[in-house]
Amino acid sequence: MALKKDRVVELENAVIRFAGDSGDGMQLTGNLFSDSTAFAGNDFATFPDYPAEIRAPQGTVAGVSGFQIHFGHSDIHTSGDLADVLVAMNPASLKANMGWITKEAIIIVDTDAFIEKNFNKAGYKNDPRKDGSLVGHQVVEAPITTLTREAVKELHIDNKSAQKSKNMFALGMVFYMFNRDCKKTHEFFERKFKANPIVVKANQTVLTAGYHFAHTIEAFANTFKIEPAPLDKGLYRNVTGNLATAWGLLAAAERSGLKLFLGSYPITPASEILQELSRHKQFSAIAFQAEDEIAGIVSTLGASFAGALPVTSTSGPGLSLKSEAIGLAVMTELPIVIVDVQRGGPSTGLPTKSEQSDLMQALFGRNGEAPVIVMAAISSSDCFYSAYEAAKLSLEHMTPVILLTDGSLANGSEVFRVPHVADLPSITPPLVEANDPNFKPYLRDPKKLSRSWAIPGTEGLRHRIGGLEKENISGNVSQDPLNHQKMSKIREEKVNRIANYISELDVIGEEEGELLVVSWGGTYGVMLTAVEELRKEGINISMAHFKYIKPLPKNTREVFARFKKILVCEINLGQFVNYLRMNFPEYNYHQYNKLQGLPFMVTELKEKFTDFLKK
Amino acid sequence: MAETIKTKKLELTKEDFESDQMVKWCPGCGDHAILRSVENVFPQLGIPKEDFVVVSGIGCSSRFPYYMNTYGIHGIHGRAAALATGIKLTNPKLSVWMITGDGDSMAIGGNHFIHMARRNADINVLLFNNKIYGLTKGQYSPTTPKGSKTKSSPQGTFEPPFNPGELVIGARGKFFARVVDTNPKMMTEVFLEAAKHRGTSIVEILANCVIFNNKIHGLITARETKEDSQIFLHADKPMIFGKEQNKGLVLTSSGLEVVTIGENGVTLDDILVHDPYKADPGVHIMLCEMKPPEFPAALGVIRSVKAETLESLVWNSIEHEKRTSPLKSVDDLLRTGNTWIIGENGNSKN
Repeated sequence: MALKKDRVVELENAVIRFAGDSGDGMQLTGNLFSDSTAFAGNDFATFPDYPAEIRAPQGTVAGVSGFQIHFGHSDIHTSGDLADVLVAMNPASLKANMGWITKEAIIIVDTDAFIEKNFNKAGYKNDPRKDGSLVGHQVVEAPITTLTREAVKELHIDNKSAQKSKNMFALGMVFYMFNRDCKKTHEFFERKFKANPIVVKANQTVLTAGYHFAHTIEAFANTFKIEPAPLDKGLYRNVTGNLATAWGLLAAAERSGLKLFLGSYPITPASEILQELSRHKQFSAIAFQAEDEIAGIVSTLGASFAGALPVTSTSGPGLSLKSEAIGLAVMTELPIVIVDVQRGGPSTGLPTKSEQSDLMQALFGRNGEAPVIVMAAISSSDCFYSAYEAAKLSLEHMTPVILLTDGSLANGSEVFRVPHVADLPSITPPLVEANDPNFKPYLRDPKKLSRSWAIPGTEGLRHRIGGLEKENISGNVSQDPLNHQKMSKIREEKVNRIANYISELDVIGEEEGELLVVSWGGTYGVMLTAVEELRKEGINISMAHFKYIKPLPKNTREVFARFKKILVCEINLGQFVNYLRMNFPEYNYHQYNKLQGLPFMVTELKEKFTDFLKK
Repeated sequence: MAETIKTKKLELTKEDFESDQMVKWCPGCGDHAILRSVENVFPQLGIPKEDFVVVSGIGCSSRFPYYMNTYGIHGIHGRAAALATGIKLTNPKLSVWMITGDGDSMAIGGNHFIHMARRNADINVLLFNNKIYGLTKGQYSPTTPKGSKTKSSPQGTFEPPFNPGELVIGARGKFFARVVDTNPKMMTEVFLEAAKHRGTSIVEILANCVIFNNKIHGLITARETKEDSQIFLHADKPMIFGKEQNKGLVLTSSGLEVVTIGENGVTLDDILVHDPYKADPGVHIMLCEMKPPEFPAALGVIRSVKAETLESLVWNSIEHEKRTSPLKSVDDLLRTGNTWIIGENGNSKN
């Protein structure tokens, strides 16, 4: 929490973490604070942190659900390293988050929950407020549960229901702390609980009570204010990566004039894409929940053959199951977008945690020579544009695209400047007109090498495709040795030529120099923040971030040549760095890897980069 | 209303559906006869030839799409049902035919198969049951009779087999029929019924693999005994069979029984009348389970129950949403919910 000036203290940015039992409504609390942050005009990014179990045992560290928001006056690219403010609804929440707050963090605790029984559940021997572990922190103690009950006494609701709104008491306190207006949130309750006026009233009352309580007891030494961020003018909203992905796909369907077909199977952390697309039948979007991952992709390939914009969404274990069908898509040269929201692996791994460890699987995880486009979204809002582009490339080049996002992007949210669909690049799939006398199933566009798309139901274009190798042009089944080699090379070359249709690699910072840090996909925000901060401190460091993995941008080799050292950072054991070693073996690559189910932190990257420069 | 298959009078012939590809099944394989029957059926349906899609998985039978001059897709092992579902949902006006075998649909694709039966999209399924893996050269399949010696069961199989009809009905399938590859007339008649049925119609074809499982259906199909070992069921007709057409089926407290008309006071009126339209699956399952020598094998349309199709439910829902949703474009969607405007001066307005 960088201080700008004294008294009604003005801040550049702040990080708040709301933590409670998984039934305490911390996600809602965090989302309401995000909305209020949007209205205050700040830039922000959020990240939920919840257990894999829906309701892990109450009061235990395993059951703690958290929501972090990082907001500020300048551009915000990450959900923040360490929290400046922690709201801990019980001892377990405190215990689980002590490692994730600054040394001076303000901690708001519900004293009603700080009782013997809960200390034991959380694994504390004694009251953590008295054992010296909170020294340095400003601890704000409030009997939140009691005060919540008191506040709604006149509404005559039962204790259990009353206690459900205690999260709003805490939110009210934080609203006071950051000089926020309760009015918008009151309106939200009116919309959300329209059918239940008592619940509306209860939440409004408790929120206001929390706000006044903080004021009355002078809970905080100061209150804080963060000026609006200088964002470009336009219409904004808050969006998670999964929502942005779903919307980008819908936009692509509309722009291409195709029906959207999603064949998918529920899997954490990708299910929201299926859920969101199932809500939009008004756009002729078909969301088919298949019986398994394989049927998810294969039904999508059927839809692709039948002329839809075909999409399947999954996470790592699901991608494994889809491998054979991706091969069929490669062989039939049909379009399909495969969204892989990466999570910790292998096997079931860490379902709710994020990783970048499916890269090699996306690139090579199939039998035979089976090249596909691989690209990776770089932020929650970029998921919109990446999904759109994945659809465009897949349709226009008749090839599968694997779009990698990850759990952090998928569940994290950030501010999104809402575009107009008409302003997005056009999408023109190579559809064949009825009775085209020149139609052959594997006749190719000379530039792109893509075949054309003849949709069942179109007169004069009947043809057969399938998983067996085909003769070029005619599409007849062929086991001819030379034809197989030729077709394999064409399929590879078709994907490689995509390099002519994607943006080149940008260098952030000097175009040449001592150190180029390299990253890909979801780590963009944290890498950028670390690099920008170091550059402000006068350190000569440049950055290149990859969105396109296969093919790599055309200028990659030339960019690498301009730097003395290259350091590749990723959330795995070194998959991208090895891919680079394979593609450009003439350079010496250093690597920094982390594999804890956690994102990079700005501070750790800065430290790593500084140390590295000293070597 | 959802788009459904439209039929009209068309002057199509068998030749319209014959492909120019060499048919590579073994000489004497039952699949040849099935192909000819399908080529006979397609022109009779009044469906434009470009509206047919033939889909398959992997196996001998699954080469079928290459031998039909229609739109076709030869998929991967076991997954034809998923391909067919995606095609039908995307474009309900297509007549979708899925060609599969006992390995493809009872083993590796078992999961897709039962869910297809449950969902009831209008897909016509021809299940070639030769009770063996042919393309991989003779291993036992999930329909191979227990104890059979095959390449992968030298001591005889230890596994009780699936009965496809029972599986279909158990999975809440609405249409099940069975035919033999030795009777083209029966195949044509039943394939026509399957095509007309709205919903997933599954036809089990007792097919002969001349190389690896020759005469596996011999008890049912042998020329000399077939009248006594087959009963060709027809809706609303009594279940009679036999060389003299004097044998019949009656339902007793212990299940189905074979009786002879004119013996023990049994008359034609005592014989069970076939009702494929009945939702209750009891008799249909019993019919599926019958086998010689105790019973004749039930052939023809065993079950044909009306139900809404998956694609009509989905597309009716789409039409409804299109009419009623306030969201007319993706731009509308992006602007719903909490949004805010940043103006020239960078200040936030609601």
